[in-house]
Amino acid sequence: MPSTVTLAVTRYRPEQEAEPTLQTYEVPLRRDWVVLDALNYIKDRLDGSLSFRWSCRMGVCGSCGMMVNGSPKLTCAAFLSDHPPGPIRVEPLHYFPVIRDLVVDTTDFMQKLKKVKPWVIRKEEKPLEEGEYLQTPEQLDAYKQFSMCINCMLCYAACPIYGLEPSFIGPAAIALAQRYNLDSRDEAARERLAILSQDDGIWQCTFVGECTKVCPKHVDPAGAIQQYKLTAAAHWFKSLVLPWGTK
Amino acid sequence: MSAEAHYTPYHPKWYRRRVSVWWWLQNRSYTTFVLRELTSVSVAFFAVLSLWQLRTLVQGPEAYAHFLARLRTPLFLVLNSMAFLFVLFHTVTWFNLAPKAIVVRLQGRRVPDWVVAGLNYLACVLLSGAVIWILRGR
Repeated sequence: MPSTVTLAVTRYRPEQEAEPTLQTYEVPLRRDWVVLDALNYIKDRLDGSLSFRWSCRMGVCGSCGMMVNGSPKLTCAAFLSDHPPGPIRVEPLHYFPVIRDLVVDTTDFMQKLKKVKPWVIRKEEKPLEEGEYLQTPEQLDAYKQFSMCINCMLCYAACPIYGLEPSFIGPAAIALAQRYNLDSRDEAARERLAILSQDDGIWQCTFVGECTKVCPKHVDPAGAIQQYKLTAAAHWFKSLVLPWGTK
Repeated sequence: MSAEAHYTPYHPKWYRRRVSVWWWLQNRSYTTFVLRELTSVSVAFFAVLSLWQLRTLVQGPEAYAHFLARLRTPLFLVLNSMAFLFVLFHTVTWFNLAPKAIVVRLQGRRVPDWVVAGLNYLACVLLSGAVIWILRGR
């Protein structure tokens, strides 16, 4: 194994340049180093002006998502040794506005997430003295996969539909909506269906499937969206046949 | 490094990259996706061909014979074989995706993906077999 590897990192300093440029850095190639370690090495030893987001270093916080050799990855889980021989291209997440270097603006995603009401909604809360809302392991199993989302936005950076139609509500937000729809304690599936059946909702998705492939938590947003489409179509059909039954 | 900074109306200084027209060539699954979508034209082609066939059938034996003769011309042979390959690609890619949309639970467990996809293939083989059996039975 060679002792160093080259990283080609996107730089964008809006006060200096109109468009992003690539800057190369030579970093030690250590077997246990991930791209995030290399970026921190650059920041500490080579160039303190490089900006990027990170926090937990263990694939939980979802902050360090970037494009590594063109694919959206959590840089804390992308080993340098898995990308031989270099240079390893590190860019900000696709389809999001770039604020500086590798830092993107996440406002759009945050607003979309809020729009699908990703929390348990009850028509009527039961009194505290009646205790918790209990769930069987099977009921937990129905939505658990979709609850693993860490909001890292890799799925948005993988979705060409989001790139072409920025109004599309997007994979993670829909998967999270589905996470609450399938939760036995929640009673707002109808409410969310009304939001997600709109033009910028589930029907924008043409099932490219790349969101599922890049998801570091195996959430399967593409599956969530297609299952949602089936539910929406069944609901529409029911309202057509039994107009009084879907009120 | 250029002297002038880039400004957008809503977020001054933020950089927005335009999606390239060639985005679908950037990785293999994007290309497969676009091909899968485009091959739906072949499905439409066969539907129109079947309607045309029915129309000539209604018009009488002479029109139908003329239709069959036309199908044997090199142009239609090439067109039909290409359309058949495209439809095959369309079918296989969609069948493989079916388990993502159809989640079946039996006794609290999710039926494995290969079973759901396999049932689609099985239905396809059985229906095609039935059609061939009817045609050969004449």
